[in-house]
Amino acid sequence: MADFISGFWNLYVTGLVAFGLLFCLVVLVTNMTSQGAGEPKLQAHVWDENLREYNNPLPRWWLYLFWATVIFSIFYLYLFPGFGSRHSDPADPAKDRGLRAEYAKEIRSANKQYGPIFEKYLGTDLAALSADPAAVAAGKRLFLTYCSQCHGSAARGAKGKSYGFPDLTDSDWLYGGDPATIKTSIEGGRAGVMTAFGGTLNSEQTRDVANYVRLIAGLGSDAARAARGRDVFATNCTVCHGPEGKGARSMGEAFAVLGAPDLTDGIWLYSNSEEAIIDGVTRGRNAGPDSVTNTMPAWKDFLGDAKVHILAAYVYSLNNKK
Amino acid sequence: MQSQATYNYKVVRQFAIMTVVWGIVGMLVGVIVAAQLVWPDLNVLEYLHFGRLRPLHTNAVIFAFGGCALFATSFYVVQRTCHTRLFAPGLASFVFWGWQLIIVAAALTLPLGITTGKEYAELEWPIDIAIAVVWVAYAVVFFGTIATRKVSHIYVANWFYGAFIIAVALLHIVNSAEIPVSLLKSYSAYAGVQDAMVQWWYGHNAVGFFLTAGFLGMMYYFVPKQADRPIYSYRLSVVHFWALIFTYMWAGPHHLHYTALPDWAQSVGMLFSLILLAPSWGGMINGIMTLSGAWHKLRTDPILKFMITSLSFYGMSTFEGPMMSVKSVNALSHYTDWTVGHVHSGALGWVALISIGAIYFLLPRLYGKTEMYSTKLVNTHFWIATVGIVLYIASMWIAGVMQGLMWRATSPDGTLSYEFVEGVKATYPFWTIRLVGGTLFLVGMLVMFYNMLKTIAGAKAYNAPVVAPAAAHA
Repeated sequence: MADFISGFWNLYVTGLVAFGLLFCLVVLVTNMTSQGAGEPKLQAHVWDENLREYNNPLPRWWLYLFWATVIFSIFYLYLFPGFGSRHSDPADPAKDRGLRAEYAKEIRSANKQYGPIFEKYLGTDLAALSADPAAVAAGKRLFLTYCSQCHGSAARGAKGKSYGFPDLTDSDWLYGGDPATIKTSIEGGRAGVMTAFGGTLNSEQTRDVANYVRLIAGLGSDAARAARGRDVFATNCTVCHGPEGKGARSMGEAFAVLGAPDLTDGIWLYSNSEEAIIDGVTRGRNAGPDSVTNTMPAWKDFLGDAKVHILAAYVYSLNNKK
Repeated sequence: MQSQATYNYKVVRQFAIMTVVWGIVGMLVGVIVAAQLVWPDLNVLEYLHFGRLRPLHTNAVIFAFGGCALFATSFYVVQRTCHTRLFAPGLASFVFWGWQLIIVAAALTLPLGITTGKEYAELEWPIDIAIAVVWVAYAVVFFGTIATRKVSHIYVANWFYGAFIIAVALLHIVNSAEIPVSLLKSYSAYAGVQDAMVQWWYGHNAVGFFLTAGFLGMMYYFVPKQADRPIYSYRLSVVHFWALIFTYMWAGPHHLHYTALPDWAQSVGMLFSLILLAPSWGGMINGIMTLSGAWHKLRTDPILKFMITSLSFYGMSTFEGPMMSVKSVNALSHYTDWTVGHVHSGALGWVALISIGAIYFLLPRLYGKTEMYSTKLVNTHFWIATVGIVLYIASMWIAGVMQGLMWRATSPDGTLSYEFVEGVKATYPFWTIRLVGGTLFLVGMLVMFYNMLKTIAGAKAYNAPVVAPAAAHA
């Protein structure tokens, strides 16, 4: 029932499908004749000087091919969804013979087969696991399947106009690089918000503060603008980025959850050009429909505890190779 | 006995010449996008990016090249088999100029990124309206000619052309229902999975009616004409015509296997795609069997070679299509280059070869001649094109199956054996072979262009006198 908004559409679809098959059957039954076999005779009509037609009977093998596909279809519809809501019931998996049921079955058997391979690592401490070559290899395979799309095959991250995926190998962490925090990041995802200041600051102020940020980052800046920008920064930015712009974690691990980056360490999630910084200040990041949306998804429900555990060990191992 | 009036060949000439011109343009863009896959650095400027040029390629080859071929041949065939002049010649001229304008509009808007995002229906709403208007004019000319025919029976080619015209009007108007927000931007009238279903109902029937029924109309006139043999079976043409146009309408959901589309729709789409195999093959049988008794002509007549080879590719791709629509096969083939190979075995092998054959048939006749400037060059074109197609589709088959197998390969712990990018890397050699195949096909078109110029040069446009119906019809 669930595929249709009312019982009427169920009947409508059933009727239409039955009519379609019936149409094919009628065409077949009424054309089984072998009339016209033997020496081909021309039809009476002639078009455009020499276009004429024979009327040979339908080739038998062709007719049987047509029959076979129609009969197969009827048989298929007897076994699988197709006649309206028959065999299709998301509310009752036992009655469902469609994709939902097939998917559930495959996942059950995969979990049964592969689950133990990952679960056996659950009891091992993350730091110890990151030194276990077999676990790290498994973690790498998981990483290449689920994480490389954003973070890259080598976990080196990616930078673009509308995305900034962190490098996981550079020992610079927004939220913390200890095993437990890495695991938390994977489990629950991260969606650090940079507030949009386009409504608060005028364009002169945003340019000033961008120059100040470039100054403390050790990049070229306009001295007069940077001097004015210092005040703008102190009023608006220090809450998250800290009084010296060294990031949330510089104010103590309690602030780590903000994820506000250290602006002085030379590592940039997005471009460090003046225009890119102005854009970040004006529109913010993850600050609504007008800003760049760039979140780390939560993997706990999809991957399960065991796989997240191994992934965390793998990511930790990237920064702690001897 | 011939009357004084002459057929309207002017619009046929115009469309025939533009078929070759747009064929070259569309295939050149195809070669460029194929090269961009091999050398990504060729993606210079946003206007010339793969994502913008690829829809330009598909629109140009389907609607500009294929469209012009259908207009040229249908206007020719409907006059000659109805034994009367084209109905409303002014309107026919409007169809030509309107269609050219639409093509130019497409060539400008698509690189500029103005698109609805619906595959094969990318053009924005003002162009959609223009298409609908031109198409209705086309229908008036075509069916007006049928209505004023001098023979009682309607020739089989015209059934197919007629079905193509009616169905494409229906498909275009329903799928293009959209809400304009500005002159160059609109949003689909449908949402979510309904939108996807309407889109692929359109998309697959664009294949079914534009690229199959229309070109079967072409086949039913030019194959018996060129072979000078009667059609094999009238009964077969009736049965496969009705079975084909009835069944095709159901097949769209096979583009949406394993998606949010409800199970019943996926099943029904797959089954009617399977059932479609026999009706599709009906046309191939009727075409190839028409030649029986005249096989020796293939040795000397390259035009007939084009036509018979096109029917073979037609048979092959209409076998391949139903197989790929089977869900378990689709699970492997979908989203891979196999689909691209399948499309091109139909588009290059069937659509382009039958069109090229028909245009080679038409060109001399439209200029009062009996033969092209060089039959030898027609033969050269045939072999270059055939080798090109074989390289193209064989490389895409191998690439597609390889991609499908790599994507689903798993390690003993159930994780994927290959990262996506490894599949991309492994495909490079096949993309290179495809580029060679596509380039060969384009070279063949350039040979045709030269042959066409030489045939036309110095010749005067010719309009044949209307042929009186044979006595049996009187």
